[in-house]
Amino acid sequence: MADTTQEIDNKPFILEMKNMSKSFPGVKALDKAMLSVREGTVHALLGENGAGKSTLMKCLFGIYNEDEGEIVFNNKRLKVSSAKQALDQGISMVHQELNQVKDMRIMDNIWLGRFPRKGPFADEVKMYQDTAKIFKELDITLNPKQKVRSLSVSESQMTEIAKAVSYDSKIIVMDEPTSSLTEIEVNHLFRIIRSLKARGVGIIYISHKMEEIKEISDEVTIMRDGKYIATRKSNEVSTDEIISLMVGRDLTHRFPVKTNQPGEVIMTVENLTSLHQPSVIDVSFDLRKGEILGIAGLVGSRRTELLETIFGTRAKKSGVIYLHGKVIKNKFPKESIKNGFALVTEERRETGIFGVANIIFNAVIANLKRYVQPIKILNNKKMQEDTAWVINSMSVKTPSHKTRISSLSGGNQQKIILGRWLLTEPEVLLLDEPTRGIDVGAKFDIYELMIELGAKEKGVIMVSSEMPELLGVTDRILVMSNGRVAGIVNTNETNQEEILRLAAKYL
Amino acid sequence: MEEKVINTRKQLYDNVTKWMMNNAIYLVLLALLVIIVIISPDFISLRNFKNILVQASTRVIMALGVGGIIIAKGTDLSLGRQVGLAAVISASLLQDIKYEYRMYPDLPVLWIIVPILIVMVVTALFSTMNGFVVAKLNVDPFIATLGMMVIVYGVNSIYYDRPPYGAQPIGGLDKRFTGFAQGSIHLGSFDIPYLIIYAMIVIGIIWVIWTKTSFGKNMYAIGGNKEAALVSGVNVVVCTILVYTLAGLLYGLGGSLEAARIGSATNNTGNMYELDAISACIVGGLSFNGGVGSVSGIVTGVLIFQVIAYGLSFIGVNPYLQFIIKGLIIIIAVAIDSRKHGNNK
Repeated sequence: MADTTQEIDNKPFILEMKNMSKSFPGVKALDKAMLSVREGTVHALLGENGAGKSTLMKCLFGIYNEDEGEIVFNNKRLKVSSAKQALDQGISMVHQELNQVKDMRIMDNIWLGRFPRKGPFADEVKMYQDTAKIFKELDITLNPKQKVRSLSVSESQMTEIAKAVSYDSKIIVMDEPTSSLTEIEVNHLFRIIRSLKARGVGIIYISHKMEEIKEISDEVTIMRDGKYIATRKSNEVSTDEIISLMVGRDLTHRFPVKTNQPGEVIMTVENLTSLHQPSVIDVSFDLRKGEILGIAGLVGSRRTELLETIFGTRAKKSGVIYLHGKVIKNKFPKESIKNGFALVTEERRETGIFGVANIIFNAVIANLKRYVQPIKILNNKKMQEDTAWVINSMSVKTPSHKTRISSLSGGNQQKIILGRWLLTEPEVLLLDEPTRGIDVGAKFDIYELMIELGAKEKGVIMVSSEMPELLGVTDRILVMSNGRVAGIVNTNETNQEEILRLAAKYL
Repeated sequence: MEEKVINTRKQLYDNVTKWMMNNAIYLVLLALLVIIVIISPDFISLRNFKNILVQASTRVIMALGVGGIIIAKGTDLSLGRQVGLAAVISASLLQDIKYEYRMYPDLPVLWIIVPILIVMVVTALFSTMNGFVVAKLNVDPFIATLGMMVIVYGVNSIYYDRPPYGAQPIGGLDKRFTGFAQGSIHLGSFDIPYLIIYAMIVIGIIWVIWTKTSFGKNMYAIGGNKEAALVSGVNVVVCTILVYTLAGLLYGLGGSLEAARIGSATNNTGNMYELDAISACIVGGLSFNGGVGSVSGIVTGVLIFQVIAYGLSFIGVNPYLQFIIKGLIIIIAVAIDSRKHGNNK
């Protein structure tokens, strides 16, 4: 149970971050952000993806250096420039991406960076005993000598939490610690958090799950577009108020009006299983013309792998894909593109944009055969025209065609990638987290575009981790759990609880 | 029932093909060995066995150096040239006092250990520079050590080609020095060459460093997931540099032993040894993706490589053809490595 307002107000601040600013090329990730955490409380840090929560935490943890701002920790000015310094000062963190050395044992991972010594040697016995002791305290039943590679995603996550606790820190940052935990494990985590609170530890809790936040946190701070918006007592604020503070506009206008009308089946996937691990197993579903099919699931539920298997970047083992009733192979992307498929990948920087190239290059690269003239020279005028079409139809904000794509904001980059694929005139669009890390306005534009594509009788599949957008934009939602289909639900007949329950089905 | 039989059979077939894929390189090498033995059954003899071990001794010392670097997700192309530099310097400081063409005519008789330590310091310095360029300046290890390879060759050639006698092999080594490498302990009718003993000591020390110390664990962690090591508070820069430094010490030791084993040195001694050492590491189960590998694996890799090389010479395979075979082994080994460890989709 969260503490009462007065109890909370009586607790002193242990950490104060003031006027924190940080810029990356083309983006102002933090703009005078603030956060004040009291000792022995859980402080939820909220905001949409791209609001700057992770960036702020990375400044605290010494991974980024802030451009300006001040951090006061334990009544002293804190200046950290490496993770080691942060850990030494008493700040530890459960990272959002699992930062583990998979080929090492659990105990090696837990004591990494501070192995206990016996003379010149690492003290294996002490490592084992201390790990076992922490696991016992936290009720974790894993063998410390097991390799991390052999753990499930939720087990890895629990060891990461154990590691953060083992530092005996005054501040523990938990960046989406429950993203791949089942309900039982979440309760387990909450017990751990309450005992940490009782020891006077301040916990910064980042999550998108409103119920969790209401249950575990004492205070919430909301950020938007890198700015500080508000701090409230958790028991005095409603979920609706939090969401409207996060989104910064009336909820009813978060999603465009749906004008698409699902028609006949365009694609059927039957018993699709991929060859290599992590693999999707026995996936079957239909996609209709003009339909937006959402794919939900926890981290590690292999949603990305499903799209990759359909698109042919991941090898298939068995199963059939029908397009307009005809069997298609999609063995590799070139063939898939020819068949009318397009894939917008999740990791925009890694697998989407060609960062050093300009906008023209990025817009036309998937579709070069359209511009081939005699003797293989590309038609420059036509490429310019198509680039102009991409920029105008997606309302991309850019100084010129020749601007390097990496200097644009995430939202504008994403629009260009979408434009790139629209130039190939696809029938089935596979979108993997299409709105990750982009601002609210650009999100709205992308939703609008998806609905427009639906209205033009294309089939759209959208993988997303954001429940509101799944519920707000799609027609049906396919829920993945551990590589399998846990269920397919009609969007207007379902809710967040049902989807989360399905997502945990095969864990 | 029938279906079940077919299923088990299919499973067995799957398992066998999987096992064969995972051990393909060993199967290829075993086949080579069988061919060698069929062509020349004399190959199996105690003498050949000992020769192979002696040759493998210096090689394993070098391979353990670059092996650590590969585990930390780096590579080192300057190995061969650093070995050459070590061989030339140690030979030049340990020429017999009565030898006519000494590089340093007035040099007094030195304790053997002194020149060996000097060259170890020299190669450790060059390797530390490699580590600094890789870890601090963020240069890709391939490029950094490619540059260093050429630099060290230049340095070595300047040292080598100078008055009074100019560029000629440094020979006439002190008997104590050649004996230090070529001698052996006699146990009745059996004798164990010193080199094998040195190699075993080095293998033991490196095994302890890699598996029993924080430094060793950090090395594996950096190779396995650099980001994780960083956020866990490992000083990635210093640790990476030290991995290179340790490799340099081993190159220095290996190079001076190599000079003593051969009995002379030139600025081309050690040329292309990096290829043998790196391929032995890969055959022995290390991955260019970093984070995996063991001392025993590297020792096995070196031995396998040495058996094949010695065997091919023994049955009189054209030396140029031997290059082609070695090259193929390297490519096959890496292809299999990327199947095993790569991000297969």
